[in-house]
Amino acid sequence: MSDITVGPALDLNGLERRYGERVALSGVTVRLEPGRTLAVFGANGAGKTTLLRVLAGLLRPHAGTVRVLGCDLPGETWKVRGRIGYLGHDPLLYRELTGRENLTYQSRLYDLEPERVEEALAAVGLERRANEPVRDLSKGMVQRLAAARATLHDPALLLLDEPRANLDPAAAERLEPLIGRDSGRARVLVTHDVDGGLAEADLAVGLRGGRQAFAIAAAELDGSRARELYA
Amino acid sequence: MIRAASAILRKDLTIELRTKESVPAMTLFSVTVYVLFHFGLDRDTLDGELASGVLWVTLLLATVIGVSRLFAAEREQGGIDALLLAPVDRTALFVAKAGALFLYLVLLEVVAVPVFGLLLLGPDLFAAFPELLAILVLADIGLAAVGALVAALAVETRARELIVPLLLLPLVVPLLIGAASASEPLLREGAEPEDLGRFLVLLGGYDLVFGLIALAVFDFLLDD
Repeated sequence: MSDITVGPALDLNGLERRYGERVALSGVTVRLEPGRTLAVFGANGAGKTTLLRVLAGLLRPHAGTVRVLGCDLPGETWKVRGRIGYLGHDPLLYRELTGRENLTYQSRLYDLEPERVEEALAAVGLERRANEPVRDLSKGMVQRLAAARATLHDPALLLLDEPRANLDPAAAERLEPLIGRDSGRARVLVTHDVDGGLAEADLAVGLRGGRQAFAIAAAELDGSRARELYA
Repeated sequence: MIRAASAILRKDLTIELRTKESVPAMTLFSVTVYVLFHFGLDRDTLDGELASGVLWVTLLLATVIGVSRLFAAEREQGGIDALLLAPVDRTALFVAKAGALFLYLVLLEVVAVPVFGLLLLGPDLFAAFPELLAILVLADIGLAAVGALVAALAVETRARELIVPLLLLPLVVPLLIGAASASEPLLREGAEPEDLGRFLVLLGGYDLVFGLIALAVFDFLLDD
């Protein structure tokens, strides 16, 4: 891990975020210890992606307190940059650049050794396609490359939004050491797969219309309660 | 900061080299406008104030195209989030984007200025050098600084095609006055440069002031 975090990886208390007058998130309160996984459930528009973007420091919280890796957001956002890996709907890769060029570019932004790029390509099994432009890769390959980008700098916290979308079972298994439970990183996992999410989570949060419907230990959550969010 | 700025600049130039979206469009636009002036003014040659005005207004309008496209890769491919997540000083992003725009302008002028000389200018263009070169470089620095600032301001807006010209063109009026006034005597037949030093100081002052303003406010432009 890039950093040893003292205290919880996440500590949210009454988090609120609005878009104009519309409340996108309200009353989100949760605490996640380092190395643990938080699964976030909710229907489309429930505020899951907004939550991830607030945690990443890309959006400001409008009320409540947000502490990520021991840093208060938004005041100390600059301190957590570089310690978070974000794997969302967009791969955050340049289509005109090759996979290797994309990772090399990222490695320069994070001031990493060039060898790290080759390690990351090997970890996602894309060494042989690394010199092809991203636009020529399949969606699954792009997702693998995005996982390599998100973990290139060995982040302490992973923010994952449907990270296994477009992946075949073999590719999903290949990414487990990087983004799975065994990666040892604290993770916030947004997923619509209730059973899969609960199986790999320690905590679960449900969002309905931006409000927190529940925040409970995953082992204590009945899957049907999470599925009600989608009804 | 320098390492990050050079990484962003190198990435921008590589993408431009592959997509050829900005520089060819800016160049083609300028050449087309000079051709339109050539026929529209119904004059074989221009000199003095008119020549200087046509040269600079066309270059400024071509700059609008470059500024509009300056953050295109970030906007269209989500790269802006990747940049904001990285432990990179926003100043590096400004320096890289201003650097890229400066290079685009130089490439534009390498083609557009000789075409202007060929199609429209009465006096010999090369007689205006090296003074005209100094004016072009100073103007390009100012345009690059203000252009990067405006591009960042417009990157997250919906009507960015409107916002870029509406913000950029008023901001570069002092630069236009300085560059056109400095160029005007150089584009007259047999004329000597007049007050060139004064106008170069004006352009340098513009570069300094807007460069410092851009550095001071760039951080806040990309904030949520």
